[in-house]
Amino acid sequence: MPLRTPLYDLHVASGARMVEFAGWDMPVQYGGLLEEHEAVRTRAGLFDVSHMGEVVFRGPKALESLNRAFTNDLVRIADGQAQYGCLCRDNGGIVDDVVVYRRSREELLVCVNAANRQKDFEWLRDHAGGADVRNESDDWAQLAIQGPRAAAIVGRLTRAELGAVPAFRFADADVAGVHCTVARTGYTGEDGFELFCRPDRAPDLWRALFEAGRGDGLVPAGLGARDTLRLEMAYRLYGSDMDDSTTPLEAGLAWVVKTDKPEFVGREAILRQKAGGLPRKLVGFVLTDAGIARHGYDVTRDGQKVGTVTSGTRSPSLKTSIGLAYVPPALAAEGSTFAIDIRGRPAAARVVKTPFYARKPS
Amino acid sequence: MNFPEDLKYTRDHEWARVKGNRVTVGITDFAQDQLGDVVYVELPDVGDAVKKGEAFGVVESTKAVSDLFAPVSGKVVEVNDPLGDAPETINEDPYEEGWMIVVEVAGAGDLDDLLDAAAYQKFVEEEQE
Repeated sequence: MPLRTPLYDLHVASGARMVEFAGWDMPVQYGGLLEEHEAVRTRAGLFDVSHMGEVVFRGPKALESLNRAFTNDLVRIADGQAQYGCLCRDNGGIVDDVVVYRRSREELLVCVNAANRQKDFEWLRDHAGGADVRNESDDWAQLAIQGPRAAAIVGRLTRAELGAVPAFRFADADVAGVHCTVARTGYTGEDGFELFCRPDRAPDLWRALFEAGRGDGLVPAGLGARDTLRLEMAYRLYGSDMDDSTTPLEAGLAWVVKTDKPEFVGREAILRQKAGGLPRKLVGFVLTDAGIARHGYDVTRDGQKVGTVTSGTRSPSLKTSIGLAYVPPALAAEGSTFAIDIRGRPAAARVVKTPFYARKPS
Repeated sequence: MNFPEDLKYTRDHEWARVKGNRVTVGITDFAQDQLGDVVYVELPDVGDAVKKGEAFGVVESTKAVSDLFAPVSGKVVEVNDPLGDAPETINEDPYEEGWMIVVEVAGAGDLDDLLDAAAYQKFVEEEQE
């Protein structure tokens, strides 16, 4: 029996199409994927992301311990800041990619992927290093309001000064009378907020946001649009673009691996791989022939398989066919060409710079 | 959901409009709704042979790929080429502007096992349970 978020009844009542995702019954779309995608790029969309997990580190050793389990560097950010990075195994394989919210040196919240809630908690608990590590996934609902109108909409519902919460910062504030952690983070490439609140208050917050955003064209948006939006930004999706068998270097996440940190799990393996060379690299590509690349399709050259597509879609914003694929380093440079085997037909593809989509200046 | 009376239907959610030995083929209102926004369609060329029950093309939504199965065997005599640039037509008007191919059939015999509108509607309702 799939799990349900506190907003399940509201989704069903609004006619959402529900699908099972990572063990959760989630809305994949409401009105239509393309319409929702467009709304987020030009106005605002509201996502229920309560399926995401939250693991909290507390105690005098919280920062130090979590920093040893995390590839980025939590010492470099201030309290009230968030940071993206990976949890890695000793061999460099990615346990998960997460966002850490540093409330203080003694309290940090790790936002983990829904499918990895239990795995991450167990892995983090095994690396607690004297910190108090708790799985608080069931204690939090999470709403993401994303798009150029998001700040104006949230601003109407709170006394908090949102200008003081720029990108990758967060603060505690009441929104529509609901106590929230308001984080200027997201997974769409647009400005916006992720609002963490108690599950029993989530329906009130959801309704209040729609009331406040009606004139702005705020729409509910599902997992379908979330996926096309994140892919246009080339944001990786754990389970599709990376897993326990890929390293952050292979996944193009070297920028969140701080090997100058004296110690973190996976550091030696990552340094070894850096010195020895990568077997493959994740690249962004566009199809120059017709068709759509999909997860699992072969990347070929002269008819030989040389790599694998990990994500692909038709970009609703760019109207082109885009994707991510693992290829040999020799084919990873911008402008490199290869083919994607689309059901037996080779479709030409070219490596491009990512993100695919550049946010419109506001 | 709309299932016109004058069409025949497959259990793979294609429809067939029969006029003499010419059969126009598309996907049903139910199929387009299940797929979501159609963003790509791959159709055969005029002159290609299609075989009943076998894939003759592909329709893709942003999320999913689905094969198109021929309701009849025969030769493709017309293809709705504008769908290439406007695949959303399949969502907007699946039974008219969203038609996909016209097949010229040799005999009439192989239409017998297609469903009529009432039977197809019942089939869809059962599938949704």
